[in-house]
Amino acid sequence: MTTATPNLLLVLPELVLLGMACCILLVDVCLSEQRKFITYGLVQLSLVAVLVILFLHYNTATTFTFSKMFVIDKLGNLMKISMVFVVLFIFLFSRNYLKENKIPRGEFYVLGMLSLLGMMVLVSTNDFITLYLGLELLTLPMIAMVALQRESAQASEAAIKFFVMSALASGILLYGLSLLYGMTATLNIVQMSQIIPSLSNAQYPVLLLSLVFVVIGICFKIGAVPFHMWLPDVYAGAPNPITLFVSSAPKIAGLAMGIRLLVSGMPGLHIEWQALLIVIAALSIGLGNLVAVAQSNFKRMLAYSSIAHMGYMLLGLLAATQMGYSAAVFYALVYAVMALGAFAILVILSRNGIEVENIRDLRGLNSRSPWLAFLMLLILFSMAGIPPLAGFFTKVGVIEALIGVHLIWLAVYAILFAVIGCYYYIRVVKEMYFEEPETDVAITYPLDARIAISINGLFVLVLGIFPGWLFALCRAAFGA
Amino acid sequence: MTIPHIIEQVVFYFSAIMVVISGIMVIAQRNPVRGALALVLAFVFSAVLWILLESEFLALALIFVYVGAVMTLFLFVVMMLDMDIEPMKRNFVRYLPIGLFISVLVLAFMIYVVAPEHFGLSKYAKPLHASAAYSNVKELGHVLYTKFVYPFELAAVLLLVAMVSAISLALPVVRERKLQNPAEQVMVKREDRIRLVNVPSEKRID
Repeated sequence: MTTATPNLLLVLPELVLLGMACCILLVDVCLSEQRKFITYGLVQLSLVAVLVILFLHYNTATTFTFSKMFVIDKLGNLMKISMVFVVLFIFLFSRNYLKENKIPRGEFYVLGMLSLLGMMVLVSTNDFITLYLGLELLTLPMIAMVALQRESAQASEAAIKFFVMSALASGILLYGLSLLYGMTATLNIVQMSQIIPSLSNAQYPVLLLSLVFVVIGICFKIGAVPFHMWLPDVYAGAPNPITLFVSSAPKIAGLAMGIRLLVSGMPGLHIEWQALLIVIAALSIGLGNLVAVAQSNFKRMLAYSSIAHMGYMLLGLLAATQMGYSAAVFYALVYAVMALGAFAILVILSRNGIEVENIRDLRGLNSRSPWLAFLMLLILFSMAGIPPLAGFFTKVGVIEALIGVHLIWLAVYAILFAVIGCYYYIRVVKEMYFEEPETDVAITYPLDARIAISINGLFVLVLGIFPGWLFALCRAAFGA
Repeated sequence: MTIPHIIEQVVFYFSAIMVVISGIMVIAQRNPVRGALALVLAFVFSAVLWILLESEFLALALIFVYVGAVMTLFLFVVMMLDMDIEPMKRNFVRYLPIGLFISVLVLAFMIYVVAPEHFGLSKYAKPLHASAAYSNVKELGHVLYTKFVYPFELAAVLLLVAMVSAISLALPVVRERKLQNPAEQVMVKREDRIRLVNVPSEKRID
């Protein structure tokens, strides 16, 4: 029996990430508390190395390796680059917080890197086994990270909820995948897409049922209604840097899973999954925006806003056109940047063990730190979808895709709820600019975080003024 | 029907029914130790089913790993914890209707989906019996490090994650002494330390 030798060059980014994670694990144990900065330096250095390799690989044509279990294509590369960038920034913002709150730093970084590895595996999967393993590798380190702050009962509760929910979601997804395997007798996603049209009519109900299970699994992971219950509790219960991690990069990976399974795997069933996703997206947009209005906890508000945003992202996916897919990817990338900025400001504001998490805590931010308030304003307005900012163009993209497939009513519904959503974002802005601060403790944060958060906030503005290049990259990822 | 055939059928139905019964016992037992033991039973009978499918390696791995290692450990944990499960059972009756409804729904779906018209012998031919020289372990060994090397390594990384998380969650917290941050001390400005407040002077009361 012979097997083709896998092309290891294609998985070089993953290999470097894994190798460095293992090395850092060893190095970190031997370092004293004062020298932990070496761990941090190594982590960021390896992420930069991964980025460089990904950039060099960017234009590789679609190639399969590892017995066609691993696919490298433009879509994967685009998503991977953005995820690594996001994680790099997350580590940068969290450094100070972790030190002050005595969260084990080495473990945080290593678990974060391994979770990133899971995301990268998930993004370039072409096989049910690696899809499942990537998903677990993405989720399990995050659950451990949520529980890392052991004194906090709230964090432990959030971790348990997260664990039970994701185990349930994995179980449902596996059930769907095993039914698919039973019918098509293949684990390969591309191969499955070729076998499905040849199945007999009698198999159709089973196919439909497995599709339902798969869609439920995907929606659990990205947190869309009615599978969103874990999201607000996890966001509010986890320490700020971990919320930052959970809320940003995994969303891109979740979308990648959806695209791989539904778009590459079941293109013939797009009418069926379109119908399912319309219901889920409409519920997410409605419930997310309405419940967010009633929140006084800023993290919970952002959790519900993330549910609504995932609904908007699904709108692009359910259009089932090249334009829709690229709009969904564009949405996910920009949303990750916006969520990163919003939670990063919370991380920066949390000093000396005091967790900033209520909208009240942001009161009068403008008089305490005008620059941070301005960046927060940019990010919140972008999330609301106000014109010169990036968030506006993401919404335009998905709505344009919806109109392209004549789902006008859904487009109108989406816009209507976007207007309702404006209220709670603007309410936070009002608190920041027109209220008196409750404390006047000076806000100090290190220079690197200052530069990074400025880049992050201004990126949202610059991307809003010049959205073309990223949109073109998203289009190119789908060969359009 | 030949005699071995009948024996095979009897063994199959017996173990299948036992798997279901012990599965129900896992959740119905009042004593958690008994629940864990029922789970062991379920594993053993699932292993019998694996043997009937001629995957001896998986059957043995199930017994060795799950029954031998995981469940023993689990039993220790259950015995060491002084659990009061009465409060947990308090809501049992309250949640019973919804639980039953979902179980019946899932069961109906499963029976419908795995019914003969979808996965029957007419759709999928019965697998042939392997020859006596066929070695399950050898076949697995052939593909594990060649065709399935990528998922195999990923599973290993998953175990690493489990180890790192378990240690970082269980290791006692190192009590640190309070450290000064010299950089912040040098960078401190007058405004951070002293706040000048204009207190309006009180009117003199005569």
